[in-house]
Amino acid sequence: MSAVSAHSTVEEPRLPPVTEIGMASLALIVAGGIYLSSHIPEHVPLTPAIILLALSALLLAGNLAALSRVQGFAWARFFQIARWSLLAYAITAGLIEFAFLEDHLSGGPLVVLTLSLVVYAVHVPMLIAFTVARYEVPAAA
Amino acid sequence: MSGVTVAPSEVAVHHEGAGPPARPPLEFEIVPRKGLIVVAVVFVVLIVAIASNKLWPLMFLHVAGGAAWTIIDLFLGFVLGPILGRLSIPARIEVVTKLMPKMLIIMPTVVTVALAAGWQLGNKLGFVLSQSPNHGWVVASFIVVGVMAIVALGLLEPANIAVLVELKKPQPRPEVIERLMKRFIYSAGITGAMQIATLVIMTRLASG
Repeated sequence: MSAVSAHSTVEEPRLPPVTEIGMASLALIVAGGIYLSSHIPEHVPLTPAIILLALSALLLAGNLAALSRVQGFAWARFFQIARWSLLAYAITAGLIEFAFLEDHLSGGPLVVLTLSLVVYAVHVPMLIAFTVARYEVPAAA
Repeated sequence: MSGVTVAPSEVAVHHEGAGPPARPPLEFEIVPRKGLIVVAVVFVVLIVAIASNKLWPLMFLHVAGGAAWTIIDLFLGFVLGPILGRLSIPARIEVVTKLMPKMLIIMPTVVTVALAAGWQLGNKLGFVLSQSPNHGWVVASFIVVGVMAIVALGLLEPANIAVLVELKKPQPRPEVIERLMKRFIYSAGITGAMQIATLVIMTRLASG
């Protein structure tokens, strides 16, 4: 084929860096998870993991707040994709939680890892829904 | 890796207010519903294997899931991805609409199976314990998997779904498909490269 580059740009409203912030948030909980799981079964100070989790949750909250302020965003498409993705990622998070419980993980590490899974199960669907909805052309256009 | 280019003349281009007439949406399922039955069965097998904590089922699921994950990533990143970038637009659309819905259910399933069974297996064999002589390699595998997970969850999976949703529209925009396909193929290349590190670590662990 004679592949011709499409030089036209994608017209879209100015959007906050949702994907970049989302990936940073995921990186923080992954780092916290690696920190905790690399110390098993020794007693591990929870402070670093809690700080990483708190920063990750802050980024999630900031991401949601920034996106909610976007005018004319395709919210119908966003929520259509988000709810199904949320279901799928809640199932995978549940499976991972099940493995932790089967291994008799308890106390502080279990709480931190469970909350990390909550951030994961919310942020990933949000990233998927945002990526789809940002290219939605309003019906009136 | 070859760039993904789209010729605007080859597909219906959306121009606000002055576009060509809409074509009927392409007939394909974004999420193949029949495949979800297989996914459910695999997850039940995974739960039973973890709950029973027996060596063979855990080893089988970890090796099968991990091998599928590694091979698919390498194949997609270094073989199919570059080929996809050079196909004609109609051929590429046909491949994408047949391949990507399957990838949408295969990849999360094999990744979840490989990781959950692998974690349980590591516990059973003592590899995840910090006093294990192989502990350094296990932590290295956590880091590699972590990086792959961030790329896959943050870039690859959203691009996969967004391409399919865009192709379902009566007037898909080629510039959107081009951008998302580039993102998909580059992400697949990164995870493919990371899988080489996974192969090194896992063969080192299996060799004792």
